[in-house]
Amino acid sequence: MVAHLLRLKLQLLGNGLRRSTWQVVGLLLGLLNTVVLLGLTSLGLLATRRVSLELWEITVVFGGSVLVLAWWLLPLLAFGVDSTLDPYRFATFAVPRRTLLLGLGLAALVGMPGIATVVVVLLPVALWVPDLAAAAAAALMAPVVVATCVAGSRATTTALAPIMDSRRFREVAGVIALLPVLLLGPVLIQIGRAAAVGRDAIPGLVEVVSWTPVGAAWAVSVDVSRGDWARAGGHLVVALGTLAALVAVWHHFLGRALVTPPSGAGGARRALGVGLLGSAGGATSAVAARCLTYWLRDPRYVGSLTLIPVLPVVLGIVSGGNDLVVLLTIAPLCAFLVAWTISADVAYDSTAFWLHAATGLPGAADRAGRALAAVAVGGPILTVLVLGAVAWTGRWDALPAAAGLTVGIFATTLGLSSAISARFLYAVPKPGDGPFNAPQGSATANLVVQGIGWLVLVVLVAPEAVLALVAVHAQSEPVGWAALVAGVGIGGVVLTSGVRLGARWYDARTPELMQSLRELD
Amino acid sequence: MEARRVAPHPEPPVALTVPPPPGPAAAAPVPALALRGLWKSFGPKVAVGGIDLTVPAGSFYGLVGPNGAGKTTTLSMATGLLRPDAGEVRVHGVDLWADPTAGKRIIGVLPDGLRLFDRLTGLQLVTYAGLLRGMDRDMVASRARELLAALDLEASQDQLVVDYSAGMTKKVAFAAAIIHAPRLMVLDEPFESVDPVSASNIRAILREYVGGGGTVIVSSHVMDLVQRMCDHVAVVADGHVLAAGTVDEVRGGRTLEDTFVDLVGGRRTGMQGLEWLRTC
Repeated sequence: MVAHLLRLKLQLLGNGLRRSTWQVVGLLLGLLNTVVLLGLTSLGLLATRRVSLELWEITVVFGGSVLVLAWWLLPLLAFGVDSTLDPYRFATFAVPRRTLLLGLGLAALVGMPGIATVVVVLLPVALWVPDLAAAAAAALMAPVVVATCVAGSRATTTALAPIMDSRRFREVAGVIALLPVLLLGPVLIQIGRAAAVGRDAIPGLVEVVSWTPVGAAWAVSVDVSRGDWARAGGHLVVALGTLAALVAVWHHFLGRALVTPPSGAGGARRALGVGLLGSAGGATSAVAARCLTYWLRDPRYVGSLTLIPVLPVVLGIVSGGNDLVVLLTIAPLCAFLVAWTISADVAYDSTAFWLHAATGLPGAADRAGRALAAVAVGGPILTVLVLGAVAWTGRWDALPAAAGLTVGIFATTLGLSSAISARFLYAVPKPGDGPFNAPQGSATANLVVQGIGWLVLVVLVAPEAVLALVAVHAQSEPVGWAALVAGVGIGGVVLTSGVRLGARWYDARTPELMQSLRELD
Repeated sequence: MEARRVAPHPEPPVALTVPPPPGPAAAAPVPALALRGLWKSFGPKVAVGGIDLTVPAGSFYGLVGPNGAGKTTTLSMATGLLRPDAGEVRVHGVDLWADPTAGKRIIGVLPDGLRLFDRLTGLQLVTYAGLLRGMDRDMVASRARELLAALDLEASQDQLVVDYSAGMTKKVAFAAAIIHAPRLMVLDEPFESVDPVSASNIRAILREYVGGGGTVIVSSHVMDLVQRMCDHVAVVADGHVLAAGTVDEVRGGRTLEDTFVDLVGGRRTGMQGLEWLRTC
């Protein structure tokens, strides 16, 4: 039975690859990525081992704990657990729960993250040499660590499955998960600064972490290398206790999962009346109103908006409040973020796009409506950001330059997006998914289209960017006005021609778009 | 009268001759929908291999066929959602693929297996469909409310479509399909997962619509339903039309289901080979 489950997982992976060449390319790139990361990790570990025994011990306990914690928490927050072997799917088969648990656990290791984890857990075994006792301890603890990772991830996801099933939880969690990732940079910088001062605190911290469920299994080999058998025993007890508890929790909730299939629906949400569509008086404004509704209601759009309040904080901290950065990166970057979002507009619609196709909506109305919605979202935000940056730095002379660059990037990106989304579809999270459930194997195709788009963008906004830089740097207001003229001028031309080109592509290729959307779905 | 049995077209559409468009001399009434030599393949798989179909104006036309017969592909091509590799579609005489805008204006489409803009409420979705058709705002508002009332969706009109049940989703898509009062309705599996009361209401709407001169094409798996509801039927399998005509012609005195199974083939007798299933 266990072998069956493993074979099933492999078969599912294999069938996924047979679906498209891009999946294979994606897998190969993922593999390359993993190999490079593993290589870097090994080099890093080797380096710390060479530097000093003390640093090596710290690395083993800390790094190991982070790995375990990542297994426990990331599926909850960001990725969602790999649902190819969802326990619900076995509900109708009479598989003994114990067997199912073992099979699912082993199957969880099949795949890139699982294999990489096994390798990383085994690395210290080799690196402990010539201390053979510690190496042996690490080798004995390796299966415990791996099992703790897997059991923990399944215990948390299975236990919380009923909550995670509700659409609202997934949407909120997906958006919230982004914040710590964004704040990681600034936080690390702060920690780096603090660590330079409070170095003495580290051994104490290691001591605490080593007695937690995430660190105990890693600490055993450290204790053995020191010959401290009592502590080794203590850590071993904590590690095994943790594993037993996790397996028990998983076992319990797996039983529940097998008899309570997902209900799917949470509370049905309501919105009164026709909303924004009520004020629409034509096809173009109808499209704009519908898109605007999506900007406010669809987590995939909301996700790109949640970045906006965070971005100024991050850039402000990282740059140390540098004028040039505050004036010329925050608002323009947000302008890009908002405007680039609609480059995936049709892909976000997914097959719901049929309504546009079947009603014979003119391409011009489709393109203009989507661009208008982005303007309605971006306009107020960007105005606040530009004025805020100028006020905060007190550089009112730089207002034309900052405004010019922001408007230029916003309009140019909108023009490019309007053309791109009518011609190229890339795989995006499906309707109802969070903003970060990008489908597997899509990375390469996305990167090619987006990379070319970005290259064109850089060339097109270069004039106002250079002028704005010069204006702010040399404190020259006339150059700033030149930047504003360039931004509005070039942006305006690119926006209108982008919308026009997009409309022509749309009119000529609506059925082809529809067919590709069906294939992507 | 004998049913018209149409021979399959095994040859690829290389030297396909398109019949001349009905000139002014043609005395026969212009059909609501005429498909001529429609062909579509996906990679090596031929989904629709040369379908000819004439749907007379004012008819209630059923399209039946086993799973994977090419019904949805055919209807997609007939409504401008999928470009055929070869062949011609005429909607009330308008060449759909030469002038899609004019063609789509008179068709109402309910596709199967496609998503909806489900972050809108039911009312918003139906309104949106009307506005996309370029209809006047007040007319859209009044028709949307009337449609939702007729389909028993009034109570849930302010609920997001994503939270609708499968049957409610079908109904709201049906409302969105017909808000512009099309001359031809193309409905792919319109009764799937719709509750019996609503299905009966929808059938009543459709019958009255046909009575008033409109044309309806429905695809379905349910032979009984097609036999009771439709006046014309076409049996499709493997991308070809096996039989087409009035329901009485095609079934020739038997039930439509028996005719269908005979045409499509694959009938087995009971538990032959499954004797172990007898447990008592």
